Amino acid sequence: MANLKTTEKKTKAQSMGLHTEVLTGKTQQKFFNPDEAENFYYWGTYDVDFNKRTELDVNDMDCKEANKKIDELMSQGYGTIVIKNPQGKHSLGVGILNKLNLIFEGSLGYFGVGSIDGPTVRVNGRVGWSCAENMMAGKVVIEKNAGSCFGAAVRGGDLICKGSVGARTGIDQKGGTIIIGGDAGAFTGFMMQRGRIVVLGNVGINLGDSMYDGTIYVGGKIGSYGSDAIESPMTKSDIDWLKRKLKVAEIGEDFDVSKMTKVVAGKKLWNYDALEPTEKKGAI
Amino acid sequence: MCGIAGLIHRGKSSNVGQELQGMLQALKHRGEDSTGYALYGDTDGQNFIMRFKVGENVGEGSSSVMEDVSVYDERKKIVDSYLSQMGAKIVKEERTLPYSLRYEIDYDKGDLLEFSQKIESIPGVEILSMGKSLEVIKDLGNAKAVCDRYNLGDLVGTHAIGHARMATESGVDIKSAHPFWGYPFSDVSVVHNGQLTNYWNNRRILENKGMRFMSECDSELIAVYLAEKMRNGATLEEGMKDSLSGLDGVFTYFVATKNSLGMAKDTMAAKPLVLYESDDLVAMGSEEIAIRSVLPQEIDTYDPFDGEVKVWQI
Repeated sequence: MANLKTTEKKTKAQSMGLHTEVLTGKTQQKFFNPDEAENFYYWGTYDVDFNKRTELDVNDMDCKEANKKIDELMSQGYGTIVIKNPQGKHSLGVGILNKLNLIFEGSLGYFGVGSIDGPTVRVNGRVGWSCAENMMAGKVVIEKNAGSCFGAAVRGGDLICKGSVGARTGIDQKGGTIIIGGDAGAFTGFMMQRGRIVVLGNVGINLGDSMYDGTIYVGGKIGSYGSDAIESPMTKSDIDWLKRKLKVAEIGEDFDVSKMTKVVAGKKLWNYDALEPTEKKGAI
Repeated sequence: MCGIAGLIHRGKSSNVGQELQGMLQALKHRGEDSTGYALYGDTDGQNFIMRFKVGENVGEGSSSVMEDVSVYDERKKIVDSYLSQMGAKIVKEERTLPYSLRYEIDYDKGDLLEFSQKIESIPGVEILSMGKSLEVIKDLGNAKAVCDRYNLGDLVGTHAIGHARMATESGVDIKSAHPFWGYPFSDVSVVHNGQLTNYWNNRRILENKGMRFMSECDSELIAVYLAEKMRNGATLEEGMKDSLSGLDGVFTYFVATKNSLGMAKDTMAAKPLVLYESDDLVAMGSEEIAIRSVLPQEIDTYDPFDGEVKVWQI
């Protein structure tokens, strides 16, 4: 808690517009001080060497122990870490905020590699619900199938599943790209706000339900469209982007992307209808 | 939250008691208010096995009360006399706990509906299961605690389903614990993960048709719903497919009969299920770690899609 006298004085942070109010009494808080900016760093990140490789057997570890061990290895400069015997455990490889080659030799449970920002991850097995939730950047490749809520709320990066995924893939997606080699379940792209979803196989019912924005490409059959999800014509830039992306994703390189169905938001939901044009812009 | 697990060996028997205990114990973080097993053991098929309780094990929020052992003894005496009246001969009798009993019965007269109604007319008595292979064992605590208490580790059979319960819709007691017997059908049991939102509507309709409910647990509705469908001539699979529209809410449930194991997932796919399928074994559970307890090697698993119904035979 900052001293009352110092918080009443106009600080550099206030003059920069970081905040304007002068706090007194019980409401005073300690604000970020730009004078100390050079002392700040992105907590939990490490400089790693991709050529420095190690293996970690997590068979007898719980997820906390395993994640702590991964953190320790990164702090020692290991840039390529192979995880042995993940055995479907939950929450493995979460919160990694730097570049890293992370390879799982087996399957993950729920919330695998959640909240990551930068690593390249390969899972030589299956993943459970909510894989890569809140991913900011990086690349995640799943060799087999995935559970529901695959890529929930991802904000960036590439998330690829070579098999099939469960329901609500890309729910609340805010950016990045999700690519599915097989089929996807119901409510794919539910409430997505930005980014792209590519499904080479079939999708279930209520595709793109209540989506605000973003684009979904489907190669197979569509069970049904959700509220406000509509078909849109494929353009040359769509086709070029899909070809390039599928090649980079090591999946469906020979797939005829020109025959895919493009689905976007109709933008007829209540929030669009009720708002003035300037407000709509703000809402988007 | 609750967790469910099940497995079926095709063409052979195995130590399903121990296997299911491992699967359910791996799911104990999903709930350990109570745990239940429906085990399909190897028997000669001659006698009925009746698992029943003459009292409750009362936990938090239960509407039941703990009673004196002498009350249980009185009820047991009445059960024995009713069995005698109905021409049922007790071949073997086990009393694992004061309130929990297992009888092997030689009975070939009449149907199980009349039989069960007669036994359950005794206040405080509930038949947990009735069948020539099925045994439902359920009690408070996690999978290992219940398995140890009832000595289930050595049970050999072909298939089994089980449930680790976090009580949400009703109290913590045995009557609300899963699995539920598909009363009055021999060897039918159900476990469920989810919430049913049209429970009371369906219950009223089914009770008007003469079906029996023993608890206020919404999951019991599935067993009664399927039993009513089968009573009217539907196959198990037909009843399960019908339940996707007849039951409202979110659910994944398993049903087992003497020779089969089935799963159904609601049309919203809101409840988890991971499935492993091979020529000689099907194993499934709310999470992959349940399957890993019986198949530690690398395997291919998948999530069934919304509205899917599958049935496997032994």
